[in-house]
Amino acid sequence: MYLKKLALAGVVSLMGTSAFAACAYENDVPLKSLSAGFEAWKAVTDAMAECGNFQAELDQEFRTKQPAAFEANPSLYHIGGVSNGTITPLLNAGTIRPLDDLVAKYGQNLAPNQLIKVDGKIMAVAMMVNTQHLMYRADIFDELGLEVPTSWDEVFAAAATIKEAGVVDHAIGATMKSGWNLAQEFVNMYPGFGGQLFNADNTTAVNSDAGMKALETMARTLDYTDPEVLVSDSTYVQQQFQQGKIAMSNLWASRGGAMDDAAESSVVGKVKMAAAPLAMEGGAPATTLWWDGIVIAANITDEEADAAFRLAMEGLDEEMVKANNEAAIWLVKGYEPGPLAKGAIDTATASPAAPAYPSTTQMGLLHTALGNELPAFLTGERDAAATLVAVEEAYTTSAKEAGVLE
Amino acid sequence: MKFKTFFWFVGPSLFMMLLFIAAPLISVFIQSFQITQPVMQQIEVETCTPGFLTQTCTTEIKTVPIIDEETGKTRTTTAWVGFQSYKNVLQMDKVWAAIGSGNVSDILQIDFWKALRFTLMFTLVTLPLVVGVGLAIALAVNNAAKWLRGPVIFVSLLPFIITPVIGSLSIYWLFVGDGILTATLERWTGQDIAMFAQAWTIELLMYFYRVWHVAPFAFVIFYAGLQTVNMDTLESAIIDGASRFERLRYVIVPHLMPLIIFIALIHLMDCYRVFDEIIGFRSQAHVISLQWLTFDFLTPDDAGNRAISRAAASAMLTMIGIVILLILPLRRTWRDHKGGAH
Repeated sequence: MYLKKLALAGVVSLMGTSAFAACAYENDVPLKSLSAGFEAWKAVTDAMAECGNFQAELDQEFRTKQPAAFEANPSLYHIGGVSNGTITPLLNAGTIRPLDDLVAKYGQNLAPNQLIKVDGKIMAVAMMVNTQHLMYRADIFDELGLEVPTSWDEVFAAAATIKEAGVVDHAIGATMKSGWNLAQEFVNMYPGFGGQLFNADNTTAVNSDAGMKALETMARTLDYTDPEVLVSDSTYVQQQFQQGKIAMSNLWASRGGAMDDAAESSVVGKVKMAAAPLAMEGGAPATTLWWDGIVIAANITDEEADAAFRLAMEGLDEEMVKANNEAAIWLVKGYEPGPLAKGAIDTATASPAAPAYPSTTQMGLLHTALGNELPAFLTGERDAAATLVAVEEAYTTSAKEAGVLE
Repeated sequence: MKFKTFFWFVGPSLFMMLLFIAAPLISVFIQSFQITQPVMQQIEVETCTPGFLTQTCTTEIKTVPIIDEETGKTRTTTAWVGFQSYKNVLQMDKVWAAIGSGNVSDILQIDFWKALRFTLMFTLVTLPLVVGVGLAIALAVNNAAKWLRGPVIFVSLLPFIITPVIGSLSIYWLFVGDGILTATLERWTGQDIAMFAQAWTIELLMYFYRVWHVAPFAFVIFYAGLQTVNMDTLESAIIDGASRFERLRYVIVPHLMPLIIFIALIHLMDCYRVFDEIIGFRSQAHVISLQWLTFDFLTPDDAGNRAISRAAASAMLTMIGIVILLILPLRRTWRDHKGGAH
């Protein structure tokens, strides 16, 4: 993680600008935001910066900085970029404010499904959805006469053919970097087999039949991936795609735009999107749904909050979406779903639909436990059953420490 | 020296040491016996999240911390838990079970013991290599022509100047996937090489990197030491017919012994805190170190949880480990010191 921070130090751009290019008004309250650093956030913060007096910090390590920064009084940032995974600590600590009155004042252009409500109060405004879904090299599939896989069994069958043909280095790319990424792969696969993550009493239920199947499927992937897959994160898989080294991957929709970026991709127009493969017949796509959106800090004055929300609405307007249509699967009015959005939309509208990633304290703990314990299974040090027991024990220890379990 | 003068000289650094070393240490020590946790309550919450076109609302029982009305912060409780955090880190019950069942290698599946195995091996394998390579460079430079010495010293010091994280990242980039060196090796041997796919190649690269990085430090110290070797003794050894190796063995090495101990001390302390290599090489799946374990406990997850008590326990255990490692060389230094006073 430290590494990501270093790599992204270059990307972190501080944009204090005085150009009031395409903004409807001039912002006179100094405002700051902290969000993730991917393309969509760059588009939104750039649009906000056009109003002036605004500094955006785009940092992939935002998730570790945000809780403490928002807890300060006054808060170090006015606007926060969150996802359903990272909003939890802010909600728990009460450091973000309800937005109902601000939405009433400035939110005329918001669609109802953008409003993230917790207990009846609007706590965030979503701007885009994200999910891991199947990206594949359409040219290779055509050449080898392969159908687009809809289940993981079909994925492996196609991968075997591609491996046989030897057209790429590795048939499948996977975001299995040990830690967060690897855990996310499990969290995608497990509900696909109908697994429940938690019992009613907050203990974890991963040590189950679905858990065994999820692990088996993950292990089968290894036959077709890069042997160094336990160090590959989303950026690495994206680059493998761009350099024509892999033929398919269950990758984040937010990475789709990069495939057609002629400046860095050698496979422009060749990568197509499809729904995330099913893990089992009649199940949901083996993935989780995510949203990204903005929150406003609680520990700032009402005037600042007013200005911050107004600015955020300016950043999330139709004009911005039209200019950056391919940067994300936008929820904002004016978005025209292009071919790159097909996979994500098919995933989100599948029946039964993939579940949303749970925003709970327990999920954070379980995610860490999975990230730490799964590598031993994939390196072959430990079998599947023992790994699930280890995950359960690691979760129980940390859940007791965090006060979630008695 | 008058006590007052002595005091004014030492006072500021003593104060800094108390403030920045002793105080945090005591605080970590106390935290390792405590657990601070938020007071949780179970409430029914309706959460609405967006699908692509519609919105899904679910009502579920959520466990959330209670926020104090007055302060606006989460209400927490702190309890003394004795050695619980140490137990959680060490997992002795599993260790005994593994020994009992005869599968001793199972112990290495527990994070702490896995980390300890690597940390110890890393420290002990690189130590002789650093001393050996450092001494070899020092002897080579000492015997090189005068005009050559400056440039050689400059070049051999370069690895030491590089920031450790950057150095390990460079090695990672050179060898990962189709990095320049892997690609060259692959072309040369005609085999597919994946240096980061298994533990032993990663460890090998780590040893190599650490020796490459630290040997110049040993070299500088030894080179300075070589300048003080008694020439009369060396000459008489030559007259007595001692070979080059015998001169090294019986004159130079004994003369440098205090420096060797010094290097060993510094190196043991540094290596036991091995961290940069784990991060730089992204080796968490295969190899972890004690310092990384502490870091991992401290890193908050997406929900903001961090295992501070276990981090404190693991930090204390790391410190105990360093103390045990340092006892041997320190005792020797102490004996030499006392011997020197006579």
